[in-house]
Amino acid sequence: MAIDSLVLGAGQEVGKSCVVVTINGKRIMFDCGMHMGHLDHQRYPDFSLIPKPEPDPNFDHALTCIIITHFHLDHVGALPYFTEVCGYRGPIYMTYPTKALAPIMLEDYRKVMVERRGEEEQFSSDHIAECMKKVIPVDLKQTVQVDKDLQIRAYYAGHVLGAAMFYAKVGDAAMVYTGDYNMTPDRHLGAAQIERLNLDLLISESTYGTTIRDSKYAREREFLRAVHKCVAGGGKVLIPTFALGRAQELCILLEDYWERMNLKVPIYFSAGLTLQANMYYKMLISWTSQKVKETYSTRNAFDFKNAHKFDRSMINAPGPCVLFATPGMISGGFSLEVFKHWAPSEMNLVTLPGYCVAGTIGHKLMSGKPTKIDLDKDTQIDVRCQIHHLSFSPHTDAKGIMDLIKFLSPKNVILVHGEKPKMATLKGKIQSELGIQCHDPANNETVSISSTHYVKALASDAFIRSCSNPNFKFSKSSQEDEHGSNSRNNNFTPRLRVSDERVAEGVLVMERNKKAKVVHQDELLLMLGEKKHQVQFAYCCPADIGHLGETKSSTTNDGQLCKSETCSRLLRQLSAKLSNEFSQGNIQDFEDHLQVESFHVSICLKNNCPYRLMDVQNKSQEAAFFCCSWGTADEKLAWKIISICQNFNVHQHKQGCL
Amino acid sequence: MKFSCLSKGGGYHFPPCHILNICGFSILLDCPLDLSALTIFSPIPTSSKASSFDEENPSCPNRSESSDLEEPMVRKRQKVEKPLDADDLIYAEPWYKTVKNLHLWNVSFIDVVLISSPTGMLGLPFLTRMKGFSAKIYVTEAAARLGQLMMEDLVSMHLEIRQFFGPEESSFPQWMKWEDLTLLPSSLKNVALGKDGGELGGWLSLYSAADVKDCMQKVLRLKYAEEICYNSTLIIKAFSSGLEIGSCNWTINGPKGGVGFISSSIFDSAHAMNFDYNALRGNDIIIYSDFSFSDGTEDVESGYDNSIPTTCNRSSLRNYENDCQELAKSLLNVDEGLEERDKLAFICSCVIDSVKAGGSVLIPISRLGIVLLLLEQISTSLDVSTLKVPMYIISSLAEEFLAFSNIIPEWLCKQRQEKLFSGEPLFAHAKLVNEKKLHVFPAVHSPKLLMNWQEPCIVFSPHWSLRLGPAVHLLQRWSGDQNSLLILESGPDVDLALLPFKPMEMKVLECSFLSGIRLQNVEPLLKILQPKVVLLPKDLKQISSLKSNSCSTFHYCVNETLRIPSLKDNSELEIATDLASQFNWRNLKQENINMTRLKGELCVDHGRQRLSTGNQESSESRPLVHWGSTDLEKLLVVLSNRGIKATLGDAFGSESESASLVHVHDPNQALIEVRTTSTVISTADESLASIIFEAIEATVKAARRISTLLPLFASAAGQRISFHKSFPFFQKCF
Repeated sequence: MAIDSLVLGAGQEVGKSCVVVTINGKRIMFDCGMHMGHLDHQRYPDFSLIPKPEPDPNFDHALTCIIITHFHLDHVGALPYFTEVCGYRGPIYMTYPTKALAPIMLEDYRKVMVERRGEEEQFSSDHIAECMKKVIPVDLKQTVQVDKDLQIRAYYAGHVLGAAMFYAKVGDAAMVYTGDYNMTPDRHLGAAQIERLNLDLLISESTYGTTIRDSKYAREREFLRAVHKCVAGGGKVLIPTFALGRAQELCILLEDYWERMNLKVPIYFSAGLTLQANMYYKMLISWTSQKVKETYSTRNAFDFKNAHKFDRSMINAPGPCVLFATPGMISGGFSLEVFKHWAPSEMNLVTLPGYCVAGTIGHKLMSGKPTKIDLDKDTQIDVRCQIHHLSFSPHTDAKGIMDLIKFLSPKNVILVHGEKPKMATLKGKIQSELGIQCHDPANNETVSISSTHYVKALASDAFIRSCSNPNFKFSKSSQEDEHGSNSRNNNFTPRLRVSDERVAEGVLVMERNKKAKVVHQDELLLMLGEKKHQVQFAYCCPADIGHLGETKSSTTNDGQLCKSETCSRLLRQLSAKLSNEFSQGNIQDFEDHLQVESFHVSICLKNNCPYRLMDVQNKSQEAAFFCCSWGTADEKLAWKIISICQNFNVHQHKQGCL
Repeated sequence: MKFSCLSKGGGYHFPPCHILNICGFSILLDCPLDLSALTIFSPIPTSSKASSFDEENPSCPNRSESSDLEEPMVRKRQKVEKPLDADDLIYAEPWYKTVKNLHLWNVSFIDVVLISSPTGMLGLPFLTRMKGFSAKIYVTEAAARLGQLMMEDLVSMHLEIRQFFGPEESSFPQWMKWEDLTLLPSSLKNVALGKDGGELGGWLSLYSAADVKDCMQKVLRLKYAEEICYNSTLIIKAFSSGLEIGSCNWTINGPKGGVGFISSSIFDSAHAMNFDYNALRGNDIIIYSDFSFSDGTEDVESGYDNSIPTTCNRSSLRNYENDCQELAKSLLNVDEGLEERDKLAFICSCVIDSVKAGGSVLIPISRLGIVLLLLEQISTSLDVSTLKVPMYIISSLAEEFLAFSNIIPEWLCKQRQEKLFSGEPLFAHAKLVNEKKLHVFPAVHSPKLLMNWQEPCIVFSPHWSLRLGPAVHLLQRWSGDQNSLLILESGPDVDLALLPFKPMEMKVLECSFLSGIRLQNVEPLLKILQPKVVLLPKDLKQISSLKSNSCSTFHYCVNETLRIPSLKDNSELEIATDLASQFNWRNLKQENINMTRLKGELCVDHGRQRLSTGNQESSESRPLVHWGSTDLEKLLVVLSNRGIKATLGDAFGSESESASLVHVHDPNQALIEVRTTSTVISTADESLASIIFEAIEATVKAARRISTLLPLFASAAGQRISFHKSFPFFQKCF
């Protein structure tokens, strides 16, 4: 069995996340994102590469379901196009917040594309609405049975509100697709949480594959200081962000700071970033961090007091302010418009939170400190304002990625959503440090890995019960050890070892036309209708008891009594000798016989024991016989004991004993 | 599997309580309180005054007549006894009635507690504070939150009433003394003691706020359909039941199949997520524990008129002006949701009428969903009729509950979830508070309330038993006002509940809300679920047509343990492919059977038994099995092939147990004793012994060596081996 992962996007790059995984006959599309850096066909994943079944070649039959991890456009941007234009009508799964917030992001993007850039629209508002109707919302940890075989489950990913890692299981094969995640809690979200799972495959993001980040609090302080300095100097602060997520996080931060510092400078949200978005955050507060969550009953943390709506006419209004404007990365739209007006003044500040895709103005501002930026052939902007980069990315860093992989210990890892050289470094680290097979495919490549498969059989109750029967074994430390340690250490006391190795006799039976069945060995015979045939060994072993025999005849004439007395004495002596010289197994004394495992020894009183074999007459009168029998299991043990019995010497032993 | 019903409860506020034994684990299903029993206490210190007033105005003849009609039992009793008056109630700090049968179980033997609804956990602090209690408690997140609020509210209301009585003199209250109990009127005695006096053991004094806190720390919170694995063996999941926010049904899956537990469920809820019955499919056993309509059958027995199980509305027989007879219309094919909406609309119209007449409305309904819906509907009705009447909620839990209800879209029905997706608040009350149409106060004595108070008004306040909380004060205030309206949930004995407030001029609207699966839906439901075994309450015996189904039905009743024979004597075992590829198959041609010995590690993980390759090779010799019998001639041939000279000796022994002897002379002396079911090899030569053994193996007909060494390793979660025994113990002795 194999799991095939076709990487349609975010292979060795950041943008248009989309991985199509075929797992035991089910095909799942994880994320359906668009690339912010491209304006041509490259902005969408190449859906034509998805294998379609022959008789009815449409996407409904090609895919079992689509799973969207969070509402960022590079994860959900192509979804309306795929469902409404390409015609996929199957189920789509998202968490509740993602379902609530994704349409806002999509609509925001559509407006920017169509109304500002004047592009031909890829999908309409109706398309977005129609698309969202197909979405089935899921809660965290809710186990969703997509169909008879496919089970999916969301785990908290912390990246943005509602971000989730998704677990998918078909038969015995299981995998996790992380989407974007954050292993450290931030101002408004908790850290990613997942349980230990038996995974064949982990597909992980690797945005910060080589970076180890310091504490966030220092960066938060730095951000607040920069903003405060700017507004105190009468400047305007532009924070280009996407409508949701970062805006709310930073706003919580600013609200808090404003309250503490008693600032009255207005905080604005641009039109795209309507205060309406905060309404969603209020309702979805249980998806935030523990601390924020607890505020719901007193004052919901997303009830921003200082936040107001921004109007285009206010761009050139005098006085300081803080403005959150869409889209992030200054990739166009309103944030670009404001940037054009504010960038030429030294008093102003542009704060860039998080990652900026190559090709955007944000990216240009971050790489070096340009004084002029070419917007297009004709327009050039003077950049004199201050630039503050807030590496506030809610992505995990290299340590977080390694921690997650180590925690989940999957059999294979595929890295996506990162820059090629960083991914290669991280890949090497995963393979060398964790010993886990790791892949970093480029776009449109397929990685195939083998998956776990179990053979199913029925197990009888007797078998299962026998497996859990305790099977205690007591043994003293072996003789060699005893001697060895004795010579070195005089204080040695023999140690008792207790082991509980549970043993069951199981047989796997496959009958024609029946399901394979595991039975206990006792049941097997019943099942076959056969009787057990016991194969045993026996040997009546002679031993020299010379002196003891003499004592017997001289002390008493009562033969009968004496005989049994002698027997029991002999047996005790043998027992002592065995426990002295024999370390394996537990010697049990049952008055008339000794037993070690299946080995059974008693003093033979018969004159012609069939197992004696030797010609009795040839032996001395003083001979005693140890009648031994044992099962096939204890052959080796038996011959060892027999050799001890054969060398049994009463005199020596007595002295030794006394 | 064993199933014991400890209590069949009584409606929404007192869900049933059971113990289920499965895979060696004891699971307690719900731990409720019978708060309706509070009615035997008097909430008002001035009861004697009230009763003297009562004597002057003997209760309305029509009323007693109607109660006769309802309950023939009562009539019989009333022939000898004078009618109950407020003086008969116990005037003492109230105690609380728990499920008495639960006290017969040793709590330390309970492994898991599953809570199906917020009301199902009200008795939990009694359990968690007991010594030796160590079970895992699973509750859905929402039910846990609501349950905690309800418990905290109960504690605070109790504290308030306790101030009337002062500190308790002894831990054993006067009213519980036998002499006092025997003096109680029979209807009260019945509540206090039960039929045989056994119920008395269930009374406890209320837990403290600290007990509640401690209890909540022990609770493990779940999402709907979240998979939890108990002890590596049981997979437990909660699925929405539709009754209330966070209430659920359970599936419990072990290695031998699954059990579905159905608590009171609602197919079409107007607030909570609907009954997710599809998730219960595929379980071999269904335990049906929805008693909500079994009351209807009792009505049939007591000569009540109809055979249709109804949302029984006895108020139609009362003389109160406002009846909600319309609500009693329970037609078999009526859409449940629609009918419930009609009921709410009717209540709204009654409220408006009352307010218009200048009266106030008291709604001591504690069903959270109903409160939320009524808030919305009454406010719309007020808007429509352009009345400016304030609505108050007076409860210590109200503020938090209202805030909570607007942040839990995941637990609500589809229509409410749509509000999330369109960015509207889930419930309208937040808007009402902002518009100052709705005021929320923690208690009647809140200063803000005194400043805002305005009559007529509409007040929601606990407690539905009319013995605790602000409702008591308000009822005293308004009971004499004939324009005012009291909206009550119909309970077992509304007369008794209203007793301390008599004479009542106030109108009373008694209504019942859907709180479970209608009887006519039980059969279709079970048809969908297709279980092999169904456990039904004996009260629902009338669902006899189930017999036509392929499933077998067991009927259970309180205090009896039902044993359900195991459906399979096999469980599933998964064998790792790498292990399976190492198998050394042996074929028994004549029987078309292949077999192999097994060797590996058996793990129990996540309810699955799994055999994987063990990490160490054990070189120990293994126990061997042989069967068939030895063919002597063949044995001699095989022996001589191996260079062993042997002769056949004499046979001896009796006919049944005859033995043949084979003497071996060369290379050494040996003796082989062959019987039908055993062979003994006797020799002093070790190597000769093993050669002979091999020869015998080759000749014993169809002999195969099969063996296993199978150490059992418990999974990381820790397979516990436990010994279960129930020692009944009595918490109290009388």
